[in-house]
Amino acid sequence: MIDSGSPLLSVEHVTVSFDGYTALDDLSFALASGAVHVLIGPNGAGKSTLLDTIIGRVRPASGRIVFKGNDLRAVPEYAIVRLGVCRKFQTPGVLDALTIEENLRVAVTQNRGAWHAFRAKPTAAERTRVDEVLAIIGLAERRNALAAELAHGMRQWLEIGMVVASDADLLLLDEPAAGMTHGEAEATARLIRSLAGRHAVIVIDHDMDFVEQLDAPVSVLNMGRMLAHGSVDEIRRNPDVAAVYLGRPREGDVAGR
Amino acid sequence: MIRRELGLVLVLVAAACAPLYLPAYELSLLGRFLALAVLAMGISLIWGTGGILSLGQGVFFGLGGYAVAMHLKLASADPGAVPDFMQWSGLNTLPWWWTPFGNPAFAIAAAVIIPGTAAAALAYLVFRRRVTGSYFAIITQALALAATTFIISQQQYTGGFNGLTGFTSAFGFALGDQRTQFGLYWVTVGIVAVTFVAVRALQGSLFGKVLLAVRDGENRVRFLGYDPLPFKVIAFAIAGVLAGVAGALVTLDLGVISPAMFGVVPSIEMVIWVAVGGRNSLLGAIVGTLIVNFGKDWISSVFPDLWLHVVGAVFVLVVTVAPRGIVGLMQSVRTRSLRLRPVTPPALVE
Amino acid sequence: MSETTLVAGQLFNGISVASILLLAALGLALSFGLMRVINMAHGEMLMMGGYLTYLSIAVFGKGAGFAVGLVVAFVGTALFGALLEITLIRRLYGRPLDTLLATWGVSLILQQAARSIFGPIGVEVTAPPWLSGTLSLGGTVMTGFSIPGVRAFIIVLAAVVLGAVALIIARTRLGLLIRAVHENRPIADALGANTRLVDLAVFALGTGVAGLAGSALSLIAPVTPTVGQSYIVYAFLVVIVGGLGSLTGTLVAALLIGVFSATAQIATSQSFSDVLLLLCVIIFMQFRPRGIVSQGSRALEET
Repeated sequence: MIDSGSPLLSVEHVTVSFDGYTALDDLSFALASGAVHVLIGPNGAGKSTLLDTIIGRVRPASGRIVFKGNDLRAVPEYAIVRLGVCRKFQTPGVLDALTIEENLRVAVTQNRGAWHAFRAKPTAAERTRVDEVLAIIGLAERRNALAAELAHGMRQWLEIGMVVASDADLLLLDEPAAGMTHGEAEATARLIRSLAGRHAVIVIDHDMDFVEQLDAPVSVLNMGRMLAHGSVDEIRRNPDVAAVYLGRPREGDVAGR
Repeated sequence: MIRRELGLVLVLVAAACAPLYLPAYELSLLGRFLALAVLAMGISLIWGTGGILSLGQGVFFGLGGYAVAMHLKLASADPGAVPDFMQWSGLNTLPWWWTPFGNPAFAIAAAVIIPGTAAAALAYLVFRRRVTGSYFAIITQALALAATTFIISQQQYTGGFNGLTGFTSAFGFALGDQRTQFGLYWVTVGIVAVTFVAVRALQGSLFGKVLLAVRDGENRVRFLGYDPLPFKVIAFAIAGVLAGVAGALVTLDLGVISPAMFGVVPSIEMVIWVAVGGRNSLLGAIVGTLIVNFGKDWISSVFPDLWLHVVGAVFVLVVTVAPRGIVGLMQSVRTRSLRLRPVTPPALVE
Repeated sequence: MSETTLVAGQLFNGISVASILLLAALGLALSFGLMRVINMAHGEMLMMGGYLTYLSIAVFGKGAGFAVGLVVAFVGTALFGALLEITLIRRLYGRPLDTLLATWGVSLILQQAARSIFGPIGVEVTAPPWLSGTLSLGGTVMTGFSIPGVRAFIIVLAAVVLGAVALIIARTRLGLLIRAVHENRPIADALGANTRLVDLAVFALGTGVAGLAGSALSLIAPVTPTVGQSYIVYAFLVVIVGGLGSLTGTLVAALLIGVFSATAQIATSQSFSDVLLLLCVIIFMQFRPRGIVSQGSRALEET
């Protein structure tokens, strides 16, 4: 739908249900290498479930997900990550017991086998990458602080940093700017724009100001189905989208901000 | 950092010189408790770093002990005869699986490899299906129960409740000889030092960091592309090996290995050594082992009935009041005394 | 006795052992399912129930003493459980492994206390006259097979307790709260359920039922300071096989393990059946790691 060539990721007719509740309903979606794409939709639309399904936390009842030509249905979670998918969770999933630098080191290491980890000395390239990412996320001076000591916004940054450090071909960012100040959110948007080309990125967010800054195509999910695609402006003018949000005025982030 | 290293070296020298200044009885206790500290460092690795609580480390301790004891038993028997307890049970030919233990190198290798393999197999089978830590703890306790009842019942092969004892010499050295005692003590101190350095290096490696992360949340690690299973299995196997080594050393030291030394109750007591010292600290594991065991020796000689009350109270108190053990208490005392000095307030975050 | 009656007799023994296991495991399964807490002193609740029964008989005599003992054992151990929950378990909420260690400490203290008060050897409880008979089944195949009254009583007791607990969970307001907390603790909390009180009630109920198990156990075995230890490991295995907090699962698992032990003991020996049982549980976990009756969860990390 987004790109007609050979896509990096294609979600094909995926249906997911929890105890009779259909979270994703025959959903199809494709993403080209290096493309940034935004998913929006009201609460419960299935955005997070879609990311869960791509990363292997939730398995589709029917349909399949193909990444770089691999059918992900029977691949364990860690192996999906090794294929080149990395995800930032809605609640930051940083490793609390490790320092900031160690967090990034765990993320940056490409050979993730247990035996390798015994004698792994970080390579020069990995060390440079960690330093680069530390500079990008602005935590270079606190590199030896424990992740547990970081304030919420900083944890968000650290996890974004880990996702970037993993150098995965597909980055999944679940509400990357949640809880950030206006300035921080702007910086995050800049960072995500800079990732385009090198990584394909799927961003989930509610905040339309933030989405606008990403300058990327937007898809709207509603009740487990794709409701609309287009640029931010097109989505803003789309009457179906408005109906979905205006039908739930309390959650109407789209029109409001 | 250098001061800390220097301190450790000084402690090592002091320990190595203990035969010069400690009375024989205290020295033999110290040697035995240091051997147990090897096992405790294994518990610190799996529990403090990996978050895996095992209530069955005694089983691996026992496997190491029996491997060495079987050799000592064969070496002490008359040439061509089966060990005494087998004769008492009416067994006149040596079971085939006893035979290779006649070779000292085989017995020593077996004391390391058998516990390690058994631990790896158990951890693989249980952790493969992502069960919770409490389940694993219960399974390991059931293992300790099953292993001891099994060994007791197979008297003609294992010596039953009395275990294996009555050795005269070990690897060519007379067991009663003071020089043998000293030699064994120094071997033990050496193994403690090597284990300490090796486990600390492991904890500092990427392996140790990932293991620590696994403790706090397996899924986070999984979604960074690491499979937690081999990390847990390898760590548990290492702890199994260390328990086996401790079992072999203690068997040599005491001249006996029996089910009463590694059943359900001794196995869970091993955890309390580490809890008392501080589960997150390798040094704490050693300190805790020494304190609890010297304490046990003292209390059970002065007030025999009191020991179980004390150990029970220690379990409750250490978990509720000082979950980070003695080392944790000392650290918080030190930071508190640091706070008394005027310090520049840390920069505000955000 | 024919082969059939021997097997039938052993099967029956298995079911009566299973009944005690069920009573012992019921409380464990409930509190583990609800609070993710393993109470290592649960075995000592059996022991305590046994001694309370013994004391009741000493005070009220053989006839009425046992009936009084059942009540005293239930109430006494339930109260002790409540005390344990308030003073210790509640403080360790969210640290399941630490709870396990602390309750083990409590179990050691209770064992040693029992040793100091009643002596290390153990006390005998004689069955009341109304239970000392046997039920015999006359018939062609089962001739010569008779059911000892005490064992029949234990089975009936377990069935009644299981029914009562099921009824509490299905029909009462407390049961509704238990189900709500079990389903989703944060939401139940947010909706105003007093989850602490629910935890307390479930824990006390569980220890009380274990006290009843101790009462029942005293009919067929002497009460010793370590009597709980010999049953509790099996009760833990019942919880693992049964699944978290499921009554049906616990029932089926108790029957499986009780009958398995009893039959394996005919074929081999006690010690061999222990090893076999553990092996079977580990093999079982390969196929049903969450037990016979399992529940899914969407939480990122489970404890």
